[in-house]
Amino acid sequence: MQTSLIPYALIALLAAAPAEAATAYVTNEKGNSVTLVDLEKLVAVKTVEVGQRPRGIVLSKDERLIYVCLGDDDTIAILDAKTLQRVGELPSGVDPEQIRLSPDGKLAFVANENDAMLTAIDLETRRAISEIPVGVEPEGVAVSKDGETVVNTSETTSMAHFIDWRAKKVVANVLVGARPRYAEFAPDGKELWVSSEVGGGVSVIDAEKHEVVAKIGFEVPGLAKEQIQPVGIRFSPDGKFAFVALGPANRVAVIDVASRKPIKYLLVGQRVWQLALTPDGKYLVSTNGVTNDISVIDIAAEKVMKSIPVGSFPWGVAISSQ
Amino acid sequence: MLLAAPAAADPLEVKIGVLRQVHSRETVSLLDIPAADDFVAGAKMALEDNNTTGRFNDQTFSLLDAKVGAKEDPAAKMDAMIAQGVKLFVVDLPPDQLLAAADHARDALIFNAGAEDERVREQDCRANVFHTTPSRAMRADGLAEYLMWKQWRRWFLVVGSHPDDKLLGDAYVRAARKFGAKIVETRTFEDTGGGRRSDSGVVQVQRQMPVFTQKAPDYDVLIAADESNVFAGYLPYRTWDARPVAGSAGLMPTSWDPSHDLWGANQLQNRFFKSFRRAMIERDNQAWTATRIIGEAVAHSKSADVQTLRAYLRGPDFNVADFKGTRLTLRPWNQQLRQPILLTDGRTTVSASPQEGYQHQVSELDTLGLDQPETKCKLP
Repeated sequence: MQTSLIPYALIALLAAAPAEAATAYVTNEKGNSVTLVDLEKLVAVKTVEVGQRPRGIVLSKDERLIYVCLGDDDTIAILDAKTLQRVGELPSGVDPEQIRLSPDGKLAFVANENDAMLTAIDLETRRAISEIPVGVEPEGVAVSKDGETVVNTSETTSMAHFIDWRAKKVVANVLVGARPRYAEFAPDGKELWVSSEVGGGVSVIDAEKHEVVAKIGFEVPGLAKEQIQPVGIRFSPDGKFAFVALGPANRVAVIDVASRKPIKYLLVGQRVWQLALTPDGKYLVSTNGVTNDISVIDIAAEKVMKSIPVGSFPWGVAISSQ
Repeated sequence: MLLAAPAAADPLEVKIGVLRQVHSRETVSLLDIPAADDFVAGAKMALEDNNTTGRFNDQTFSLLDAKVGAKEDPAAKMDAMIAQGVKLFVVDLPPDQLLAAADHARDALIFNAGAEDERVREQDCRANVFHTTPSRAMRADGLAEYLMWKQWRRWFLVVGSHPDDKLLGDAYVRAARKFGAKIVETRTFEDTGGGRRSDSGVVQVQRQMPVFTQKAPDYDVLIAADESNVFAGYLPYRTWDARPVAGSAGLMPTSWDPSHDLWGANQLQNRFFKSFRRAMIERDNQAWTATRIIGEAVAHSKSADVQTLRAYLRGPDFNVADFKGTRLTLRPWNQQLRQPILLTDGRTTVSASPQEGYQHQVSELDTLGLDQPETKCKLP
């Protein structure tokens, strides 16, 4: 009996183990905490309290610090990535939700929903260095790879504002579907993808011409179209596939970038918000707000391999290579 | 400013006319006394939102506000606005005045953000009227779905003595039939007149309400239909039997409440409070939604032409973001805005209907109110 079991156990282990170590940091919106998940062993290691209503989360370029937007504390907490101890704060303004860093890791961009401004914060001095007026309820932020262009989406204005960062000037305003919540540049930098939570689709914008060149819609059999509310977007490192979290549709859409068509819908936990890739590009993690877990997706197999319980109402996720 | 320079020489100017009734100050709760800028404040908030978007689109929005007296023909006030270029009206008027307004300006678009009557959406529907406020049937169904989920199936219905109360009572009777609830008894609460405030305290109400509600057959929940704001607010905690109250008091179906903070709603609540130093009530939110719909239609169709806007609103691309967890679209057959119904106790949002499990082939939102097969509205 025993001898026959061992090979099976080995196979199962081999199939599940990622090639490289990685740690996911998950914000729990109602848990007021961050959960640290070991993506090698696929287990939650610990959960620590961080403050009120944590949502957006990002790692510093050197992966030594984590920045966590604390909406109800009106601040961004800086945590030590190892100890999860708070080591400082960033001046975020009221109710910060999302944060993005410049490619050189020196600046953080934060949208301030209440005063329709995009704020840039110098991470060394931890001071706000500039503010740019944008649309009503600014939300998503994306930065081009060269750091020259910053894009902000405004939820009520339903636009993506392209900002020439050197000139600190809005150079284009592109109308997209209702409540644009998240923006992401394709790896080659030629396109910006914007998800519209209420509009229910993704607008593909030519990053140079500032024009919508395609709109991607989603259809899941048996689901009403109102349930499809796209939020987080991520691209595979080779740029061939895009992944879109569909909110209360409880699925992550896999999109073939070349044809701009959804090719698969992966069933994850309920109310999927944000996504992150492991540094080796093998796994995708989704945060599932209502089921209090994250789903780990094997990208090559296009399969959900594990759900890992985290804190209450997980929202944001960042992954380090440590 | 750091904004992009406008592309065109002449910005598109959009003028919106607000026509509103002055609601009664006779309310059971002090908290429900209407503010001086009741309703129009919501339109102003949305106007600000439209103009922020308009900065980027080279579109400007402005607003004219007029109060229409009870029984007054709105024509004169509309003509004054039309003379200034208004072709879009956001309206809070009772059904007869709403229809008078619609028929007076057939080339204009009227956004009904006040009248809950089924008839203006059904047999008396108009091609130039869009309805942003949910009808009585939508509200009653929204509450009914939740009560059925809660398995509170036996309803004790108490209806006020005014015509609007009776229409609301009918909506609950219809909802009971639709969802399989049982109305164990219907009782009428006569409005005998008199003011609401009293320096003599709560003595009379405290004795009156238990007596009024006694000797009812076994029931799970008392449903009050009191649009006239006469008695429902006195029912919770005062019923003869220890039973919850719903409808016009207790658990209330609504499209907005000052306490609603889900799905990003606190952003709107904060912006409103900052601008107007008071909480956003349902009427403000209705005006906000209607004015935002105009803003969305103008931004996306890049036009202020009435027929272009109407076609856009009726087309497949239209949807608007509110703060109820889903996109809002229009029912093409009667131009009613599809929307969830919030259930509030005035302190928190208890639930939002449609409830899980109520399926529909088109949209689960169409489980609320009269559906296409039942409609009496025929639009060109």
